[in-house]
Amino acid sequence: MIIAEQKPLEEIQTLLGNAENALVVGCGTCVTVCFAGGEREAAILASSLRMASKLKNMPKNITHQTVQRQCEWEYLDQIADQVAEADVVLSLGCGVGVQAVAEHFPESWVVPGLNTAFMGIPVEQGVWEERCAACGNCILGLTGGICPVARCSKSLLNGPCGGSENGKCEINPETACAWQLIYDRLESMDKLDMLMELQPPKDWTTARDGGPRRIVQEHLRLVKQEES
Amino acid sequence: MSASSGSNGYHAASNLERVLRAGHFAVTAELGPPQNADAAVIRSKAQLLKGYCDAVNITDNQTAIVRMSSIGAGTIVVQEGLEPVIQMTCRDRNRLAIQSDLLGAYALGMRNLLCLTGDHQSFGNHPTSKNVFDLDSIQLLQIMKDMRDEAVFQCGDAIKGENPRYFIGAAAAPFAGPVDFRPFRLGKKVKAGANFIQTQLVYDIPAFEKYMQKVRELGLHEQVYILAGVGPLKSLGMAKYMKNNVPGILVPDEFIKRMEKAGKPWDSKKKDELTKEDKRARSGAWQEEGIKICIDLIQKIQKIQGVAGVHIMAIEWEEAVKPIVEGAGLFPRPVVAEKAASQE
Repeated sequence: MIIAEQKPLEEIQTLLGNAENALVVGCGTCVTVCFAGGEREAAILASSLRMASKLKNMPKNITHQTVQRQCEWEYLDQIADQVAEADVVLSLGCGVGVQAVAEHFPESWVVPGLNTAFMGIPVEQGVWEERCAACGNCILGLTGGICPVARCSKSLLNGPCGGSENGKCEINPETACAWQLIYDRLESMDKLDMLMELQPPKDWTTARDGGPRRIVQEHLRLVKQEES
Repeated sequence: MSASSGSNGYHAASNLERVLRAGHFAVTAELGPPQNADAAVIRSKAQLLKGYCDAVNITDNQTAIVRMSSIGAGTIVVQEGLEPVIQMTCRDRNRLAIQSDLLGAYALGMRNLLCLTGDHQSFGNHPTSKNVFDLDSIQLLQIMKDMRDEAVFQCGDAIKGENPRYFIGAAAAPFAGPVDFRPFRLGKKVKAGANFIQTQLVYDIPAFEKYMQKVRELGLHEQVYILAGVGPLKSLGMAKYMKNNVPGILVPDEFIKRMEKAGKPWDSKKKDELTKEDKRARSGAWQEEGIKICIDLIQKIQKIQGVAGVHIMAIEWEEAVKPIVEGAGLFPRPVVAEKAASQE
């Protein structure tokens, strides 16, 4: 899932500017599960912002709403009235959610309340780690199910580099060396011979490097595109 | 040894390649470019090293700190009559920039190239920068081998006209994790195209012997020239720092003790009682011992089967190379004429 964390309150206040009516919009999917922008966080943030505005003697009218998924138009229609009344909409969705709200309500000013961090998993209560970099050309079949593109600090395809010590990456003692993990996994599966292959330079066209990405499944489209 | 690609039997016929092919125990050194644009710094460092090594590595933004470029400094080193080993990391350039810069470096007279992944930018003075890592060091080796032997770019297009023909090197970290994989990773670098290897600093001789034993079992010492990395300890503090803080470097207690002993005459004084003269004298004693340790290491390394030379890394202490090379009995350096290499 997508992992995010809330921006500092001060930055959020700056983003709200002089607006008197603000709507905080939570999202019921990924950011709820990572405790960054769900119903609960939206309520707490709205309350904090109200208090902060009172302390500054500039009380604001701050309300909150949470939708099931900010990244799908149909869920956004439910908050159309509240959005229309607000001077500013503070989205607690991920970067996709913020853009979906802005795109769906072109008359409204929409600002982000979260920093979207990565695609990952909770590894223990309160700790999340990155797992996927969405490179668009999955190589997990070569690496025992551990992704070096996302998890090696240098995205090496022929690792490990010389900075691997005691299973940790040299850039941070909290970070596991992805190539040590790959080595251990392949060894435990008796597949170390896979590591002897030289992996050629990666084709990054399917990653962000190839420009903004788009997927079309023609059979699902309601309006058939005319053949050009 | 590795199959030759040139018509004269050499890959590049660089001085370093000629010395190694002739069977001499090679010596390379390291020159760290300055954090400024002063050519005079390079010239004076080159003069300290000239005659005491077969080629000198010019680091490429080492530890991710911005310095004069390896190719720029290398050009000055060539003018000074010393042969450079250009270093190229994958951190700062994508495959377009790397190939382009290495065409330029070849045109400027560079003949040796060390292919590296590169230190992560978080260690350096621009930690907020974006890194590249379009390639890794093994892919870079393969690309440079193909540019030399097949005259093709990475994309597969033919190089029309002169192609860059480097004597290609790679680094090895014998003591980094997972240790069991390290000799095999060396094998991957050889398979990708490495002609010579320069290792991370070696202080722990038994650990290095163990590594080399595996390397010999794999027959790699017959396919690539292995230069063991050595470096003089400059102070007790540096020795301890290397032991405790630098991944992939093992410093045995024996050397920590030798450095302690060298600084012992000043131990009776408290830190704030040490005069400037005391500090200078202690520093001199440490440096002298550091050089002695380095010489001892080289003499032990020379006896290890399959080691073709040493790579002396005297970081920001190029003056130490001369006494080390002389002390180890490796001076004068051999002169090998550029005649056709014998086919092995």
